[in-house]
Amino acid sequence: MKDNHLIDVDKLYMYFPVTAGVMQKKVADVKAVDGVSFYIKKGETLGLVGESGCGKTTTGRCILQLYEGIKGSVLFEGVELTKLRKEQLRRMRRNMQLIFQDPFASLDPRMTAGQIIGEPLKVHGFAKGKEYKDQVAELFRMVELEPYMADRYPHEFSGGQRQRIGIARALAVRPKFVVCDEPVSALDVSIQAQIIILLEKLRDELGLTYLFIAHDLSVVRNISDRVAVMYLGRIVEITKADEIYANPLHPYTVALLSAVPIPDPKVDRTRKRIILKGDVPSPIFPPPGCRFNPRCHMAADICRQQQPELRELTPGSEHWVSCHMVK
Amino acid sequence: MTTVVKDEKILEIKDLKTYFYTQEGELKAVDGLSYNVAKGESVGLVGESACGKSVSALSILRLIPYPPGIIVGGEIIFYGQDLLKASEEEMRHIRGNRIAMIFQEPTTSLNPVLTVRTQIAEALELHRGMEKEEATQECVRLLKLVGISDAERRVNHYPFQFSGGMQQRIMIAMALSCNPALLIADEPTTSVDVTVQAQLLEIIDDLRKRFGTSVIVITHNLGIVARYVDRVNVMYAGRLVETAPTEELYANPLHPYTVGLLASVPRLDSERKKSLRVIKGLPPNLARLPKGCAFHPRCDVAVQRCREEYPPMEKVGENHYRACFAPIRK
Repeated sequence: MKDNHLIDVDKLYMYFPVTAGVMQKKVADVKAVDGVSFYIKKGETLGLVGESGCGKTTTGRCILQLYEGIKGSVLFEGVELTKLRKEQLRRMRRNMQLIFQDPFASLDPRMTAGQIIGEPLKVHGFAKGKEYKDQVAELFRMVELEPYMADRYPHEFSGGQRQRIGIARALAVRPKFVVCDEPVSALDVSIQAQIIILLEKLRDELGLTYLFIAHDLSVVRNISDRVAVMYLGRIVEITKADEIYANPLHPYTVALLSAVPIPDPKVDRTRKRIILKGDVPSPIFPPPGCRFNPRCHMAADICRQQQPELRELTPGSEHWVSCHMVK
Repeated sequence: MTTVVKDEKILEIKDLKTYFYTQEGELKAVDGLSYNVAKGESVGLVGESACGKSVSALSILRLIPYPPGIIVGGEIIFYGQDLLKASEEEMRHIRGNRIAMIFQEPTTSLNPVLTVRTQIAEALELHRGMEKEEATQECVRLLKLVGISDAERRVNHYPFQFSGGMQQRIMIAMALSCNPALLIADEPTTSVDVTVQAQLLEIIDDLRKRFGTSVIVITHNLGIVARYVDRVNVMYAGRLVETAPTEELYANPLHPYTVGLLASVPRLDSERKKSLRVIKGLPPNLARLPKGCAFHPRCDVAVQRCREEYPPMEKVGENHYRACFAPIRK
């Protein structure tokens, strides 16, 4: 671990059991996260991209220790989170927060906006009485909502406003690290831009570190310093944001980038497009060798037999890729 | 081979008004919408949630739930016949047969307790009078057409045995089963991954070229339709605010809302650190629409007149119309 790293993830595994029969006997595993390693520097935003079912959300939640049975190591400022006891972890949690994907499902409909945002302040014993009220009002202003809205219930807000409430709640306890789990994918295009700009502003003002999860490479591009691409539980490529868009190396990254539409027919119609065949295979029985091989146009025999490791192309380039064919 | 005559209008929507009566009051979901679709043409209908794009599509098929919804005015002329005056019996012959629709969420639109065969064959037996055996053959052919491998076996599977992208293909196969003249795709790509989105749009586009089907693609993402449609209609608060041939619209957007929408889409080919521009504020509450142009509270270039009366559609270029009083900025 280096001093400037906030998060260090090493060989992270998360398997969910598949059970069957009356006795609920375990018959297989869903290999949601299957040997993932990366780090996030202080003040940096790491974008984590992949299609649904690739394990990106599970990875985010593993860092926050929201599951039992996580294998591997997660260091937060050098502290091993997987070894912490319940009470220690609870205290640690105020440093790490989560912004959810669906602002319609993630807010308790029977609590007012003020109660939702203020709850973490009470739980972690941050403030009482007048101070509590002031802090809640301040949080409302921080996410560009009006404090007088504190008495309203979630259904009285629009999707974008609800997402602001979710952000205020996550930031109430002044965390150092925030996992943003697809924070804009449920929102309208014009509102998406508002939320991304707000998240960028808050990061710069409060010195936050983000893990920004999304399925859309164009959304991640603006906010991230580095980007990791996941496929079937593994990271296939990770590098600086500019590099991944200018010089993508893994065939999956190339295909993913070419599938993102560009809102300009002249550019989009002339662009070379790689359309992947078929769907993502089941994470219960991933294909042998490289997991991408059944959909890959470059696949050779070695890809069907041997799982490629993530390797740095030239030392110090910080461009890591896991593919036998990339030289 | 028949050549496609692009001028032949097969659908004309004139001043369509669909309102909903709720506790909040009269909700003008679609409020004076007019546009045409030519034979073999594909039209993109673009707008944010609650702008009335889905409601207008459901109005074409007369599938608006009553109460609370009711089509209060306008005409929908399909091959010379006003669908709003057609009897329920006539509509049954049109739905799924002449006009087919791909619904937004395949997971909720497919019947979970019926096999794929049963669901696709229903239309074949009903509209094309096929016997069971023949219908099954046709189902297999349709599934192959939309790229489902092992179709002979898969046809007897239930929807849950397919992934989201596969389910959406089944929806497309179902919609195509009766060779419709018009295909309405309501957000066909929202619930699927970006690599699958491309597959689906390619399938729809390919089928349009092969069979000369007219297509209306409804979406909130201006990026998605850029490559596939001939014409883009932009909707805001129940009305059309701009319409133009695709290349013209992206190169030269003239309504401030269209300009804002285009600027707020993150693009892969722009400079990375160039920050997004946003449209300030929120879409309006349809029960309490502002006076004048519905967009004026969010508009940067609004003039006094925008607050008083609704701007009509005006010609601003070849086949390019917009509804806006603000002067055109060059």
